[in-house]
Amino acid sequence: MPAMTANDIKTSAPSVVSHAAGSGAPGVPDYISCRNYSFYYGPNKVLHEISLDIPERQVTAFIGPSGCGKSTLLRNFNRMNDLIDGVHHDGDIIVSGRTIYDPHLEVTSLRKRIGMVFQKSNPFPKSIYENIVYGLRVAGVNDKRVLDQCVEEALRGAALWDEAKDRLSASALGLSGGQQQRLCIARAIAVQPEILLMDEPCSALDPIATSKVEELILELKKSFTVVIVTHNMQQAARVSDRTALFYLGRLVEYDTTLKIFTNPSQKQTEDYITGRFG
Amino acid sequence: MAASPDPKALTIPTRRYVAGEPMVWLTAMGLTLSLTLVFFLLCVVVWNGLGVFWPSRVVEFSVDQGGKREVFLGIEIKRQLKRAPGKAGVNEIQIFTGNKENYNGQAFQYFDVSSITTRTPEGVMLVERMERGHAIGQPVELRIKGEAPLKADDAKFDSRLAQLISEVGHRREEIKSFEKGVIGRGAQEMKELEDEKRAMAATKRLDPARIKQIDEKIAELNKDFTDNLDPKRKALRAQQDDHQLVLKIASGEEKVISLGVVIDTVYPNKLSVIGQFGRFLRNAFLFVWEDPREANTEGGIFPAIVGTFVMTILMSVAVVPFGVLAAIYLREYAKQGLFVRIVRISVNNLAGVPSIVFGVFGLGFFVYIVGGSIDSFFYPGRPDPVFGTGAVLWASLTLALMTVPVVIVATEESIASVPRGMREGSLACGASKWQTIQRIVLPASIPGILTGLILAMARGAGEVAPLMLVGVVKLAPALPVGGDFPFLHLDYKFMHLGFHIYDVGFQSPDSEAAKPMVFATTLVLILLVLALNLSAIMIRERLRRKYATGAF
Repeated sequence: MPAMTANDIKTSAPSVVSHAAGSGAPGVPDYISCRNYSFYYGPNKVLHEISLDIPERQVTAFIGPSGCGKSTLLRNFNRMNDLIDGVHHDGDIIVSGRTIYDPHLEVTSLRKRIGMVFQKSNPFPKSIYENIVYGLRVAGVNDKRVLDQCVEEALRGAALWDEAKDRLSASALGLSGGQQQRLCIARAIAVQPEILLMDEPCSALDPIATSKVEELILELKKSFTVVIVTHNMQQAARVSDRTALFYLGRLVEYDTTLKIFTNPSQKQTEDYITGRFG
Repeated sequence: MAASPDPKALTIPTRRYVAGEPMVWLTAMGLTLSLTLVFFLLCVVVWNGLGVFWPSRVVEFSVDQGGKREVFLGIEIKRQLKRAPGKAGVNEIQIFTGNKENYNGQAFQYFDVSSITTRTPEGVMLVERMERGHAIGQPVELRIKGEAPLKADDAKFDSRLAQLISEVGHRREEIKSFEKGVIGRGAQEMKELEDEKRAMAATKRLDPARIKQIDEKIAELNKDFTDNLDPKRKALRAQQDDHQLVLKIASGEEKVISLGVVIDTVYPNKLSVIGQFGRFLRNAFLFVWEDPREANTEGGIFPAIVGTFVMTILMSVAVVPFGVLAAIYLREYAKQGLFVRIVRISVNNLAGVPSIVFGVFGLGFFVYIVGGSIDSFFYPGRPDPVFGTGAVLWASLTLALMTVPVVIVATEESIASVPRGMREGSLACGASKWQTIQRIVLPASIPGILTGLILAMARGAGEVAPLMLVGVVKLAPALPVGGDFPFLHLDYKFMHLGFHIYDVGFQSPDSEAAKPMVFATTLVLILLVLALNLSAIMIRERLRRKYATGAF
C-alpha cells in the first residue's frame, strides 16, 4: 500500500466530529477519538463503550484504579494488544481522521506515527546510539548523517544529550533507571511520531528522575500529542491538560484537568480524587 | 461441630521430618553417587590414558620353566590372579617383550610371579619400528653401507645412530611426499581422463578427437611412470635398507633390523626422571600428531582427531540454522494449538530415537537417494560412487538430524525467555514481527541457542553407531580437510575417535596391544569434546555479558 504521511492524513481527514464529550477547546482539532469503543479479552469485556476525543498537542492523562482499563485503552491506540490471542473489539478508534482498524492500514506504519513509552524502561541490549536509531533502521534509513542528526535531536528532545553525548557507543544497559526511561522516550520520538503514548512512565523511577520526565512531558507537548496513564494523581494534575477517569472499564468523567481536580461533576470522581475509594 | 478438637489430630510430626531432612540427604546422595561415578570414570581414563606414554623401565625376567631357565627382556604391564581352572590363588605377571617376530607373533608373555627373578640391565635399547611393533635388546653394532661395523661400545655409536635415523626419517618423508604428490597427481590425472572417457561413453556423446587425445595423454603418463617415476621410487626405497642395526635379544639371538623401519631408539633404563618426562611428552605428542600404523594398534590418531573435529563442525554448521529456523516458526508464527503441541512432543521424542535408526535413515536417504542422485547427475559413468557412498557430509547431516531436537528445544526456550518488554519496545518503534525477531529476539537468544549447540555437539561428537553406516572407516586414505583444492572434501570417508576406540579395542588382531590405545584415544576424545564445548561456552559467556538484561 502507498506510504501514508502525516500531511496526507491531515489534509484528507474529514473534520472530526466532536460527537462525544468533545475537546471543548475551540481551534484545537481532535486527534484521537474513540467511538463507542468496547474491547474484549476472550469473553471478558474490559472496556465498555468508551467515547472520548483527545485534542492535538496537549497532554491527556488517564487515571483510575488498577484494572480499570486505562492501560488497555492506551495500548489499543497503537494496536499493541493485537499481540494477545483472542482479543476483539466493537466500535472504532479514529486517529487523525482514519480508523486504526482499516484493513489497508499497515500496523507498522501506524506504530511509527504513534510512539509508545512503557512502564518499565525497555532499552535494547545495544549501544545508546543503536537504541535511538532502531526505529529508523527498521524503516530502512541507513544514511549515517541522517542517523547522527536524529540521535542528537532525539537525545536533546529527551533531555539526555548532555549526559549521554560522550558515551553514545556504550551499552544502554549501563544507564541509570531514569536515564533508561528517558532513552526510551528518545527512542520513541526519534521516529518523529505524531502521538506519544506513555504507560505509567514514572512508576519505576525515583522522585528526581520523575520530575525530570515530567518536565520533559511538558516540553514534548509542544510537538506531540501526549497521552499518559498514571496512578499518581499529583502527576496528572501537574502535567496534563485534560484528564479522564476510568473505573471498571467505563469512562467516568473526562474534562479539563482543572475541572476534574477542582470541580468534578461526578460524585465518583470526587471520591477517587480525594482518596475515598480506589 | 463445636465439639473440642480430637487431640490426636493435632499430633505434630517431628521437626526433622517437617524440614524434609531425609529428602535432603537423599538428594545429596543422588548427586554424590553420580559425581563419584563420573570422577571414577575420568580417573580410570586419565590414569590409563596417560600411562601409555610413560617410558617404563625394561627389566630382565629370568623364568624357571620346569627346571629350564629362560630369559626375557620386557616391561611389566600388570600382575593379576590367574583365571585358569585349578590355579586359583596363583599370581601371574604380564610382560611386554616386543620382538613379535621372535615370539611367534606375540608381544606379551604371562608367567607365574613365583617362578621369576628380575634384574634391571643398564644398556637395554628400545627400538620403535614402523612394522611389527617395538624391539627390545642389547645393541650390538651398526652396519653402515661401505663402512666397517660400528660397535655399540664405540663412543660415536649413539650419535651416529641418531644421525642415521634422522636421515632415514627425512627420506621416509621424501618417499611419502613423492608417492602421494608426484605419483599421486599423475594417477589422479589418469583417473580423471578415464572418467571423462567413461562419461562420454555413458552419455553417448563420443568425440573421437578427444578420445584419441585422452589415450595419448594416458600413454604418456604411463610411460613417464615406468621410465622415470617408478625407478626413482624404487631407488629411494632401496636406499632405506642401506644400514642395519643389530640387537641381541634376551635369548642371546642376534637380530638385524633395517634402519629404514626404525623411527626412534631409546635407552629406557638410562633415562633420568626428567628424561622420562621428556619422553612422556614426546610420546603423547606423536600419538596426537602421527598417522596410525599396524592396523591402528601403533602410531598416532591424528586422522581420527581431524575427522571427528571436521564432522562435529560440519554437524554444527548444519544443525544450528536448521534448528533455529524450526524453533522460530514453532514459537513465533505457528498458531499454538493441538497440532503444534503434537509437533513439539514429536520433536522431543525424536531425541530419544536410537541413534542407529538415524544411521539407517542416513544410509537410505542421504547416501543412496541424495548421494546416488548427485552421482548420476554430476558424475555419469563413474564405476565407483563419489557421493553415493558413505562420506563426511552424510555423516554430519545424519548427526545433525539426530541432534536437531536438542537445538530446537533450547532455542524455543531461549526465544520464549526474551522479555516481552523488549519485543513491545521494538514493535512500538514500528518494527515488523520479523524485524523484531531478527534484530531483538534472535541476538538475545544466542546464548540459549549456543547451549543447545553445546548439548548437540556433546552428543554428536561421541556418537559411533550411525557413523558406521554413513562414512566412518577404519583407515582413511586422506584427511577430509587440507590437501588439494577445494581443501574441504565433503565426499571423503573419514576416521572418527569413537569408532577408533571400538575398532582398536574390539576388532583388532592384537587386543593386548590395543588396550592402551583404547584408553589414550578415549582420553583424546573426551578432551576434544571438552575443548569444543569450552569454546562454545566461552563464546556464550561473552555474548551473555553483551546481552545481559539487568534492567528487566
